[in-house]
Amino acid sequence: MRLPEPVLTTHVNEPFSYTLENYLKWGGYAAMKKALAMTPGQIIDEVKASGLRGRGGAGFPTGMKWSFVPKDIPKPKYLCVNADESEPGTFKDHVLMERNPHLLFEGCVIACRSIGAKTAYIYIRGEFYHVQKQMEAELQKAYAAGYLGRNICGTGEDCDIHIHRGAGAYEAGEESALLESLEGKRAQPRLRPPFPAVVGLYGSPTIINNVETICNVPPIIERGAAWFQGIGPEKNQGPKLFCVSGHVKRPGVFETSMDVTLRELIYDFCGGIRDGHELKAIIPGGSSTNVLTPASLDAQASFDGLVKAGSMLGSAAMMVMDETTDMVWLAENLTHFYKHESCGKCTPCREGSDWMHKILQKILRGEGAMKDLDLLLSIANNIGGKTLCPFGDAEIAPVVSTLQHFRAEYEHYIREGRSLVPRADWMPRTLVPAHAH
Amino acid sequence: MSFHPQMPYGTPAWHKSERKLPDEGPAFEFTAEQKAKFDEIVTRYPADRRRSALLPALYLVQEQQGHITGNAIAYVAGLIGCSRADVEDVVSYYVMFFTQPVGKYVLGVCRTLGCALNGAGRVTEELCRHLHIAPNETDATGTFTVMEMECLGACDRGPVIMVNNEHWHECQRPEDVPQLLEGLRERGLAALSGCHLKKE
Ligand SMILES: Cc1cc2nc3c(=O)[nH]c(=O)nc-3n(C[C@H](O)[C@H](O)[C@H](O)COP(=O)(O)O)c2cc1C
Ligand code: SF4
Ligand code: FES
Repeated sequence: MRLPEPVLTTHVNEPFSYTLENYLKWGGYAAMKKALAMTPGQIIDEVKASGLRGRGGAGFPTGMKWSFVPKDIPKPKYLCVNADESEPGTFKDHVLMERNPHLLFEGCVIACRSIGAKTAYIYIRGEFYHVQKQMEAELQKAYAAGYLGRNICGTGEDCDIHIHRGAGAYEAGEESALLESLEGKRAQPRLRPPFPAVVGLYGSPTIINNVETICNVPPIIERGAAWFQGIGPEKNQGPKLFCVSGHVKRPGVFETSMDVTLRELIYDFCGGIRDGHELKAIIPGGSSTNVLTPASLDAQASFDGLVKAGSMLGSAAMMVMDETTDMVWLAENLTHFYKHESCGKCTPCREGSDWMHKILQKILRGEGAMKDLDLLLSIANNIGGKTLCPFGDAEIAPVVSTLQHFRAEYEHYIREGRSLVPRADWMPRTLVPAHAH
Repeated sequence: MSFHPQMPYGTPAWHKSERKLPDEGPAFEFTAEQKAKFDEIVTRYPADRRRSALLPALYLVQEQQGHITGNAIAYVAGLIGCSRADVEDVVSYYVMFFTQPVGKYVLGVCRTLGCALNGAGRVTEELCRHLHIAPNETDATGTFTVMEMECLGACDRGPVIMVNNEHWHECQRPEDVPQLLEGLRERGLAALSGCHLKKE
């Protein structure tokens, strides 16, 4: 069934939707009270039964992840909320934290209870400081009202939430790099196994979940796993936030279920492509996912539907390009991102991103050769699947998929020394070498 | 004696390190206010995990003196109880720590795809043209630094500019760059749009 009305973003458009008073007025913290009367095992079973899959990118079943935390270890356990939200095109957690922070806090308490943690750290990207300040003020109110801290609502349960500010590093969103960063080090991933659920923050069992994942927990507890199961296609259930940006009329965050198609998202939710232009390409799940062409418009925007279409749902960040977009420039733009953000720990990713970027710049300058295209693919082939973390697979997606679908544009650059696509008014005049002429 | 074959050490090609340590700068110590904030932050982490307070401590340094100097790094290392190299390692990794003096307003323009499709590259170009600087430079009056940032997480409202690492400005059109600079000069941070979801 299609989601009849928003669940996570019901009130986000109302003034002061972020305050504790309003959250309570709209029935907030009821799920937490219910969960505190359940056993940890019951909570995990409910989340498992709901079929909730992680919203951070990989779509891993949340209940199953929680059940990996060993129960008989005397060490403290931790929950880390991944609020790094740095995948290009993604801005859904931003909305949730800015307009509905108590939903996240409530979810944290429930998740902490289920895994036996007393402390949750929300690792928020440094750029969201305007959101963080407001969240901290609300956090204090929740403490003062007894919804957090010692002996929550008289149940004897304790739970502390701290917000930890990152400092501008995409890689800090990778779960083990997030833990390193939280420990005051460079955000570089750890070797696995051991997995964080067993050896995580400070060597203790740790669960890392995306903001939206945790925000789905209170509604599941409140309305039950069966309700959640009933929304959207099988194995892709529940409310889902989609971020749409680029050349659409009304970009934004839209909450629906995963039976929605790319076409509906672009044409119904966003009002279509900007006037006088037509659709050329879609990145369906953030810059780390393969570019699709309009031929895939009817693909279902779900974890499984987009894999079938040759891409991924990722963080549900759709970037839409119209016919004025130069796809070689697009690959260069995103490769610059990956070159800049590579943590440098493994050679294929660190060097490969720089090589690919140099080759793309050379092509953009009109100095490319046909053999550069094979070289690009060969470099990509030596990165994909050969790196310490999935960043390596991510960085080749824009290059490989634009070469697959838009090879003619690359070849035109190489043969004619210039773009097949006339320079659009939104393109810089000087900063992109190829368009200088 | 060495059995190692002779290597071309000493040629310029082997000296490509871009490692630059920040200047030592003046003597550094937290003010009483910053120290109190630091002491509160440390309590959020287990007592034997003071290093978790490293990123927050560096933000406090930056709040106090604008950028991070060698002396500040040594001071923070002492507070945390780690080596100076540990702190340098972290400072050089994260883009939001400045190791050079910056202007009064640091304009971090998002350059990634979502914003670029809406003219972010033109915004940077116009900013630089009006301020007579290149990206990552500070203008002659020391008022503005223009930096290019990667996706800031508000792509539906691009081009986005983050100001001084904490203030937010959205939907900046290239043709309105003069107004933005003028507004910041005259009205300060009040000239910024803030976050679009602010309904209050
Ligand atoms: C390079 C890289 C960047 C990532 N960035 C984020 C991020 O910004 N936010 C996020 O929630 N997950 C991010 N992830 C995914 C996390 O590693 C992790 O899978 C996720 O936080 C798990 O949460 P979930 O199970 O709730 O989805 C990233 C992964 C990689 C490899
Ligand atoms: S793949 Fe890239 S980001 Fe991941 S560990 Fe290796 S160098 Fe770092
Ligand atoms: S691309 Fe600029 S905010 Fe995401």
